[in-house]
Amino acid sequence: MAESDNIIVETAEKIFADLADPQTINNDRKDSWQAPLWQALSESGLTLSWVPDDLGGSGASLADGFALLNAAGRFAVAVPLAETMLAGWLLTQAKITSPEGEMTVLPASPRDRITLDANGALSGRARGVPFAKAAKHFAVLAHGKDGASIALVDAAKARIEAGLNVGYDHSDTVTLDKVQPVAIKPAPKGFDQTNLMLMGGVARSLQIAGALESMLDISVRYSNERVAFEKKISKFQAVQHNLARLAGESAAALAAATSAADAIANAKSFDDEVYLEAASAKIRCAEAAEKGGAIAHQVHGAIGFTMEHILHRYSLRALAWRDDFGSESHWAVELGKLVASRGADELWPLVASR
Amino acid sequence: MTAALRFDPIRLPEKCEQLRKEVRAFLAEEIAAGTFDPHKPNREDIDAPEFSRRVGAKGWLGMTWPKKYGGQERSFLERYVVTEEMRVANAPTRRFFVADRQSGPVLLKYAPEHIKMDILPRICRGEICFAIGMSEPNSGSDLFAAKTRATKTDGGYLINGTKIWTSSAHIADYMIAIFRTSPPTKENRRHGLTQFLVKMKQPGIQVNPIGQITGQYEFNEVVFTDFFVPDDHVLGEVDGAWKQATSELAYERSGPERFLETYYVLTELVRAVGPNPDTRSAEGIGRLVAQLHTMRRMSVSVAGMLEAGKEPVVEASIVKDIGTVWEQQLPHRVRDLAAFVEETATNRETLERQLDFAIKTAPKLTIQGGTTEVLRGIIARGLGLR
Repeated sequence: MAESDNIIVETAEKIFADLADPQTINNDRKDSWQAPLWQALSESGLTLSWVPDDLGGSGASLADGFALLNAAGRFAVAVPLAETMLAGWLLTQAKITSPEGEMTVLPASPRDRITLDANGALSGRARGVPFAKAAKHFAVLAHGKDGASIALVDAAKARIEAGLNVGYDHSDTVTLDKVQPVAIKPAPKGFDQTNLMLMGGVARSLQIAGALESMLDISVRYSNERVAFEKKISKFQAVQHNLARLAGESAAALAAATSAADAIANAKSFDDEVYLEAASAKIRCAEAAEKGGAIAHQVHGAIGFTMEHILHRYSLRALAWRDDFGSESHWAVELGKLVASRGADELWPLVASR
Repeated sequence: MTAALRFDPIRLPEKCEQLRKEVRAFLAEEIAAGTFDPHKPNREDIDAPEFSRRVGAKGWLGMTWPKKYGGQERSFLERYVVTEEMRVANAPTRRFFVADRQSGPVLLKYAPEHIKMDILPRICRGEICFAIGMSEPNSGSDLFAAKTRATKTDGGYLINGTKIWTSSAHIADYMIAIFRTSPPTKENRRHGLTQFLVKMKQPGIQVNPIGQITGQYEFNEVVFTDFFVPDDHVLGEVDGAWKQATSELAYERSGPERFLETYYVLTELVRAVGPNPDTRSAEGIGRLVAQLHTMRRMSVSVAGMLEAGKEPVVEASIVKDIGTVWEQQLPHRVRDLAAFVEETATNRETLERQLDFAIKTAPKLTIQGGTTEVLRGIIARGLGLR
């Protein structure tokens, strides 16, 4: 997925290159880049790639959608592309038609819960919801006495407390107080909040991996330009070894994320193998964001710590994305419990399952 | 440039999973028969010639080689699965592993036909053991610094000098070694080294064991004194061994043996914490499993590249770098987590014994098969920094 090898990624990369150049975005303090970028993405059907034609989308495969998210990560784009794609995917699980415009999903944390009451109204609080402030609709996973339901909610009906994540993107608290949804249907049998979190986690993993690829690129380039002590810093062995470690972290993140995406795209259900893949991807990518980001900043020195430089567009977003749909600590505990409950002698068979 | 760091999510084909079941069944029988104890990685009987023959009889040695040399013409991915299962079970593979992974492929590529016909079938039957003679006193990872001389004489070469850190030389039947046939040139520091097939257990070779900090004997010093090697035992180009030696390293660097050497302590920790671990243990195990899983997926991906005939030098170096750092840290992380294992855990003693051995094993893991520093140099070259 590192190169554009399909039409969806090619289309997206063209749009990103034209309308989401990191330096242009960085210099634009009014965020006036967002509207044309969003318009181009939605006009080409990319924002609803995971929604089939008959439900209002463009019907791309899961695999192509994941590749698109990886490309979006390489540009660290801060528009609700992943969120709208995930919302469309969630609505599609219940065969609810996706509306036009920006969407996001709730809950975005495994610890929050939205409930459905007997009157068909939704209540609950969801924290850390990415781009809630920008969304026109929410795709909501709710729990009632008959199990899980999927609902489409008009964002105007919710109370939104704006917040920012460490990457300066909106990460808001959404409160639903007996909100009547625009549409609601039962979730498919077996579909639960964990599935949504795993799917969201893999989306974030691909974005983090993409951001790391770009961090590696710009760090290598910078090390070949910057001269210190009368040498290019790329000639210092210590710098080379740091960059080799960054390459390793970037490669590990991409490998974990693409493997998990491949597992989900080809699985019939969210079984233990998909769980291993998706949870591992989120854990490993989050670790790579921490280690890799630190190295990228180290290589760049003070210039990389400034708002003027584009490095923070990648490093801070990669760090922020760790928190969405379950942090690495959350998934590590859950994966550890899964492994322990299956027993010691089942660990290797699980790891070696594909 | 990022394209070079692509690890496609290869899936092992169905025939691999079938083979995996066969290997597991075979290993279970061997364990039941008392050939080895999978919970005791620090066993004394590290050399198991009979086990080696039984593995050969299964067709699991030289699996990818042509049938006329005793091979099975199976895929590299099938071989991968066999290696994984042997390693995870702590099977005693010392006698055959080097021959299967490295020496056999070198012979296939560079040895004259009559030598291939003689030696390769014996490797496939698990009858013979190989050592690799690369390092010398004061050379180590710096292969250019090798000084052991091969001097031309009638019908062959006379070898004088010393190899060191040579694993298994004390049980090996053959060694594939690099000797200096000419001095390096000013233009090419890599010039002047030649690869030879050496028949061990002959006059003129003395093998002196070197104890390791694990308490095991695996390393040796190998001293050559006017040792004769016939002309037809030259492998490949005279003075041109550098390229030959390095092109094989992707196989050595990316395999499952590069992240599973201390794996057993993780299984034992999971056993010790039981089905309902506390939060701290669960989190620790979860992180370790996520890292293991990611490395394995990268390693399988490189196996797929090798199967496809690519030369994933940088990718293999990344897998070895991340893999050996992981397997080196693993016993220490397991030790951290084991501090709170209940005194009553039935396998507590096994876990402690394993940790004792794994902690002693750990320091070598980032050294063997190319040090971390050398690998990071290769990765840096791949990034265009050198």
